[in-house]
Amino acid sequence: MSDEEDDIILSELDNEELVQQMHDDLYDGLKEEIEEGVNILLGRGWQPYQVLTEALVAGMTIVGNDFRDGILFVPEVLLAANAMKGGMAILKPLLAETGAPRMGKMVIGTVKGDIHDIGKNLVSMMMEGAGFEVVDLGINNSVDAYLEALEAEDADILGMSALLTTTMPYMKVVIDTLNEKGKRGDYIVLVGGAPLNEEFGRAIGADAYCRDAAVAVETAKKFIARKHNQMAAG
Amino acid sequence: MTDALSKLLSTRDWLMADGATGTTLFNMGLQSGDAPELWNADHPDRIRTLYQGPVDAGSDIFLTNTFGGNASRLKLHDAQDRVRELNRLGAELGREVADKAGRPVVVAGSVGPTGEIMAPMGPLTHELAVEMFHEQAEGLKEGGADVLWVETISAPEEYKAAAEAARLAGMPWAGTMSFDTAGRTMMGVTSADMVTMVNKLAHKPLAFGANCGVGSSDLLRTVLGFTAQGPEIPVIAKGNAGIPKYQDGHIHYDGTPELMAKYAVMARDAGAKIIGGCCGTTTEHLKAMRAALEGTPTGPRPTLEQIAETLGGFSSASDGTGEGAPEARTRRRRRG
Repeated sequence: MSDEEDDIILSELDNEELVQQMHDDLYDGLKEEIEEGVNILLGRGWQPYQVLTEALVAGMTIVGNDFRDGILFVPEVLLAANAMKGGMAILKPLLAETGAPRMGKMVIGTVKGDIHDIGKNLVSMMMEGAGFEVVDLGINNSVDAYLEALEAEDADILGMSALLTTTMPYMKVVIDTLNEKGKRGDYIVLVGGAPLNEEFGRAIGADAYCRDAAVAVETAKKFIARKHNQMAAG
Repeated sequence: MTDALSKLLSTRDWLMADGATGTTLFNMGLQSGDAPELWNADHPDRIRTLYQGPVDAGSDIFLTNTFGGNASRLKLHDAQDRVRELNRLGAELGREVADKAGRPVVVAGSVGPTGEIMAPMGPLTHELAVEMFHEQAEGLKEGGADVLWVETISAPEEYKAAAEAARLAGMPWAGTMSFDTAGRTMMGVTSADMVTMVNKLAHKPLAFGANCGVGSSDLLRTVLGFTAQGPEIPVIAKGNAGIPKYQDGHIHYDGTPELMAKYAVMARDAGAKIIGGCCGTTTEHLKAMRAALEGTPTGPRPTLEQIAETLGGFSSASDGTGEGAPEARTRRRRRG
């Protein structure tokens, strides 16, 4: 790398170059640069929602894809998510003011008896990175805890995580309860965790099993888009 | 060197470690979400039975029931003030079983990860991690563990913190990482990276290697990655008995004793000196492994193709070492 490439002045880049540079900076987990980039775009009259989707979410998609493909690993993803968070902190109040469309809201937690939360935390961060609102219930959640939060938060998505072969069947208890109460159709239910697989996800009646945090984000986007289409058609 | 593991390592070409702890305890009635370590106090007989299994199956080393016995994990069960006691008890029961074995058996004090992400990405500082591991190490030492056995670690920072804690406790130690993400640890460490890291440690382990992870094929690929670096320290292979499958409401590992026997022989041929199992590995598996290790002459180093043919395919095309490893995008910006 030559010396003149060291100093990129973000404000001197045109919009297209700046967005590209922000994708790179997200990839490298450079929080201050992301904050600066967000402010520059806003100063040029961009809508907060456009900054979110074109600069931040698109950048995090690249990070997510490389994580999925075993090119990036957890430390890099955490840094990228942290940089994203810096940008989001600026955008969040503006998004609310401008009535920008919501990506969707997820309630997430590990199931009753399961205290292993690294996977769940990663999903939370990646979902936030993709522009979703995330309500993290933490570890060891009962059916009641999930149901109360879903209702109180007016959530779109329920995410359940289990790392133990002995706790994963509890996911079925939660889904069965949603069914009994006639509320299963109100939520997209995503499940994940090391011992799970697609077959298990289908067997317990989840909408999808997500192999990792990147897949969780892609799956959530797909289901939310489908939901919006259905609403538009209905 | 007078510790029990060094003695055994100096007199034998290979040693057999134990199999699964969690799988065995669940079969004894441990309920999901309960801390297994509490059984060291509440059900000592079951823990003796747990330890007796590998001893009777021919293991030279078994691990204590203290994997989650650090303050960070025990806090989730409101037992963070019982670290010293639960580790001491776990080691004492082990000492008791080992001393009655009638042959040298090493009591390895199991030390698992804190479950926290280390600074700067996460909240756990090096000092705090060392303090937690040290507290656990003192309990294991007090109970008579021969060595500390650090396992299933993902972050190099955490491995280093455990090394530091072993030094503070004045204990010999061994340490393995879990290579479960495209042939690397969750934090992206490759087999070659681990050798480099271990070589730089001030308080070096007596042995290092891999445990848990995905299947036995992946584990052997990792072992080949270690031995390709020509490490001077003995290599540990402790792989799962296949891959967990959900069947009729319970979990079953699909690796048979015959498969694990082949895995054990191939692990030795790949250069591992301490060979054992991890999740799903029962005493039946261990007996088959012992018989195979004793009954099979040492062979040439297996190739990746032979491993895949014998034990099944790999979870990813590359493990991040050698040629063809996927590379991250070139970074365009450099910080000034």
